Amino acid sequence: MILKEGSMTIAFPKPDQAVVARRRDIIEGLGRLVASEALIVSEDERRAFETDGLTAYRQMPLAVVLPSTTQEVSAIMRFCNDQGVKVVPRGAGTSLCGGAIPQADAIVLGVAKMNQVLDVSFEGRTARVQAGITNLGISQAVAHENFFYAPDPSSQLACTIAGNIAMNSGGAHCLKYGVTTNNLLGVTLVMLDGTVVEIGGEHLDAAGYDILGLVCGSEGQLGVVTEAVVRILRAAEGARPALFGFEKAEDAGACVAAIIGAGIIPVALEYMDKPAIQICEAFAHAGYPLDVEAMLIVEVEGSDQEIDDMLRRIVAISEPFKPKTMKVSQSEAESAAIWKGRKSAFGATGRVADYICMDGTIPTGQLPYVLNRIDEIVKSYGLGVANVFHAGDGNLHPLVMFNTNVPGEMEKAEKAGEDILKLCVEVGGCLTGEHGVGIEKRDLMTYQFNPVDLEQQMRVRGVFDPGWLLNPAKVFPLEGRFAA
Amino acid sequence: MTTHTPRDEQDTSIIIREAAKKGTLLNVAGNGTKAPMGRPNQTDASISSAAMSGITLYEPAELVISARSGTPVLEVMRVLAAKGQELPFEPMDYRSILGTRGNPTIGAIAAMNISGPRRIMAGAARDSLIGVRFVNGRGEVVKSGGRVMKNVTGLDLVKLMAGSWGTLGFLTEVTFKVLPKPERMATLVIRGLDDSQAIEALSMALGSPFDVTGAAHLPDRDRRGGSTLIRLEGFRVSVDYRMNELKRLFKRFRFMDILEGVGAEALWQSVRDVTILTDQGQRAIWRVSTAPTKGPDVAAHVAQALDAQWFYDWGGGLLWISTPANGDAGASVLREATRTYGGHATLVRAPVEVRSTLDVFEPQSDALMTLTRGIKASFDPAGILNPGRMYAGI
Repeated sequence: MILKEGSMTIAFPKPDQAVVARRRDIIEGLGRLVASEALIVSEDERRAFETDGLTAYRQMPLAVVLPSTTQEVSAIMRFCNDQGVKVVPRGAGTSLCGGAIPQADAIVLGVAKMNQVLDVSFEGRTARVQAGITNLGISQAVAHENFFYAPDPSSQLACTIAGNIAMNSGGAHCLKYGVTTNNLLGVTLVMLDGTVVEIGGEHLDAAGYDILGLVCGSEGQLGVVTEAVVRILRAAEGARPALFGFEKAEDAGACVAAIIGAGIIPVALEYMDKPAIQICEAFAHAGYPLDVEAMLIVEVEGSDQEIDDMLRRIVAISEPFKPKTMKVSQSEAESAAIWKGRKSAFGATGRVADYICMDGTIPTGQLPYVLNRIDEIVKSYGLGVANVFHAGDGNLHPLVMFNTNVPGEMEKAEKAGEDILKLCVEVGGCLTGEHGVGIEKRDLMTYQFNPVDLEQQMRVRGVFDPGWLLNPAKVFPLEGRFAA
Repeated sequence: MTTHTPRDEQDTSIIIREAAKKGTLLNVAGNGTKAPMGRPNQTDASISSAAMSGITLYEPAELVISARSGTPVLEVMRVLAAKGQELPFEPMDYRSILGTRGNPTIGAIAAMNISGPRRIMAGAARDSLIGVRFVNGRGEVVKSGGRVMKNVTGLDLVKLMAGSWGTLGFLTEVTFKVLPKPERMATLVIRGLDDSQAIEALSMALGSPFDVTGAAHLPDRDRRGGSTLIRLEGFRVSVDYRMNELKRLFKRFRFMDILEGVGAEALWQSVRDVTILTDQGQRAIWRVSTAPTKGPDVAAHVAQALDAQWFYDWGGGLLWISTPANGDAGASVLREATRTYGGHATLVRAPVEVRSTLDVFEPQSDALMTLTRGIKASFDPAGILNPGRMYAGI
C-alpha cells in the first residue's frame, strides 16, 4: 500500500508500525554501540535530518546516528539488519533528488563525522580519505602541491565524497576529467550484515568484477562507504573562460557541435538561456550579456600560450554562428565572477522564485529541438523556466519556476518536470545525468527501462540487500519490487 | 562441438534460453583471438558474435559510437579515424603475444575491459563504455546505460559487464564515448635510468601540469641503458610548449631524445601490445596492476626468485612480467608480491596445463568472492555462460 503525504505527488512506502512501536528499544540498542553524543533522538535535533536538497519532501526518522569509525558503522548495520530496521545513509544531505530523505520507520546513518584525510601520495597521485570529507575538502588538502580532486559538483563546498560516490556526481569540468566513477580507485564498503569489504585500492584497476563501478552511483542501496581512495591530479598551469552570446539557441547549439567537431574538448562548455543569464547576472555581476538568447561559457586550460592558441581557434570556429558577444576573461577576478554566476545559478534562481531542478541528459544534436519543447511544455502549465546546463555532454538543468504560495503550482511544476524528463528519454537520453534518481525520478524509471532491465538491476540489488532495508524508498518504483 | 552464431538479439536470446533449460554450458566468444586467455573451461557448445557485425550509430559531434558486438575493432577504428576520432583508451591487441589470428571484436574490448598506455590519462575501456545491450544467462535481453555520456539512472550494470569476461551475459551491442585524435604526438625518451629512478621520473612527469598521455619504462636489458618514455599529445603549439617544459623539468638527466613519427608510434604500439616481451618465446606472461610507487618493489621481489623480464606502463602502475612457463609459472612468487605490495596479478599467457592448475586471476577476499558468486547467480542462475573462465564456480 502506498501513502500520500498531503499534496505531495511522490509517495513513501507506508511505515512498518511494528518497527515504529519498537523505537525505544532500537534507540537503546544503538546507544550501546556509539557514544551518546553520536545518537540523535530528540525531535528538535532530528528535524535537521528530515529532508535534503529536495526540501518539498520531509520525513522524520526514528533516530539519527553519526558514527566515527568503520567499526561503529559495521556494528550499527549489523544491529539494524538483525532488528529489521531500515537504514538511510547520509552524507551532507545536499541531494537534489531526495536520495537522503529518511523514512518514519528508518534510522539515518550519517558519515559526516568521518571527515579525515588518511593518506596522500603525490607520487602515486592518490588520496585515501574518510567518506564524510567534503568534496572541496579533498582538493584543499592537496592544494599546497597544486593538486586537486577533479569532479566538482556545484555543491562541492558542502557535499561529501560519500554522497558523490552514492550519486556518481559530475560537475562543470567532467567533459575533460570525467565524473566520480572515473576518479574513484577504491572504497571500504560496510555491508548490511556488518561485513567490511575492501574494493580496489591505490592501483588503477580493481580485480574481478567491477564492483567498485557498481557501488558508484548505487544511491546508498548496496552498503555504506566509509573510506575512499580517489585519484588526485596536478592542476593545469592556468585556465581562462570566455563568454559567447548568441541571438538564437540553435546557433549556440551548432557552435558547441562545431567546437567538438574541430577536435577541441574544452575543460568546460556551459550553456545558459536568457532567463538564466538575467537571474545569474543580477546575483553575481559577472558581465554576462543581457541582450542575447543564449550564452556559452567556454573554458580552456594550460599555459598562457596554449590558452591563447585554443581561444583563437574557438573564436574562429564561432564566427559563422555570428556571436553577438564575445568576451575573453582578462583577469582572475573576472574568471571567478564568470564561474560564480554559473555555479550560483540554482541559489540565484531560488532568490526570485521557487523552482525544481531537472537533470536529464540528451544527445547534444537534439539540443535546439529539446529547448523548444521544454519552453512549450513549461508554458503549457503557465510556468517559467531557466535553462543552465553542461552543453558539451548534453546534461540539462532546466529550472522550472513556480510560486509555492499559489495552490497547485508546485504540482504543475512537478508535472512539467516529468514531461521534460520523458522528453529526454524519447530523444535518446536519460532521466538523470548527475543528480541521481532518489525519490524524485523513481516513478519515471519505467520510461527509461522495461521490466526486464529493472528486474536485472533489482536482482543485483538483492545480492547486497535481500530484505530491502537500505535506502529502500528510492530508485525503483514501489510497485513490482522483488529481492532476488 | 556446436558453435552458435546468432544473427541478432532475438536469436541469441533463443539459444541461451534453450541452453539454460538444458544446462548446456556455453563458451562465449567473438572471433576467438583471446581464446588462450583465462582459466581453461569445459563447455558443451560455443556462442560467437561473429555474425553480429556493423556500426549502428556514429555521431562525431556527440563523440559517441555504437556497434554490434561482433564488429571488428579495426573496423571501428577505421570509421572513427575517417572523422579524426579514436577510442580514447587505446585498446591492446593481444594477437601477437597469444599467437592467434582473426579479427578481434569490439565486444571483447568491453567484455575484457581492454585498455592501453593512454589509460593513465583517458581511463580504461570501462570509463568510455557508456551503454550495453546483452542477453543474460536466462535468455533475457537487457540494456543498461545508453548513448549519452552523463547518465546515472539506475544501477550501473555497464561497469559490471565491462571486464566480466562473458560470465554474466552475451553482449550484443556496445556504445563508447570517443575523442578527437590528437594532431601531434611526441615522446621524450630518457636513457640510462634504473627502475626506481625511472618511476620517480615518470611520477614527476605525471605530477606535472603537462597532461602526459603515456608513461612507460623499458628496463636495461642489453647494457645500453633503459628507456623511460613520456608521451605528449595534442595540438602542435601545445605539444611543443609542453615538451620544452618537460625537458626543463628533467634537465638533470643527460641523455634525452625526442621521438616522433612512425618510429614513435611503433614503439608505443609495442608497449601497448606487449610485443617488447614476445622475443622471450614461450615464456609465461603476467600482468600486474599495483600502486605506481610500488612497481619497482614488485619487480625486485619477482626478480629475486625467478628468471624474470619486465617493463612498466601507467607510470609504474602496470607491470608486464615474463617468467619461465614451467611449474606454477611463478604464481606463488607473483602472488606473494601482490600480497606484500598491493594490487593484483593475472596470468595472461601460459600453457593450458599450467592455467588449468592455478588461479589465473588474483584470488579475491572471501567477502568479495561471496558478492561475486551472488552477482553471477543474479545474471546467470544456471551457470551456463563461460563457467569457470574467471574463477572456479563463477
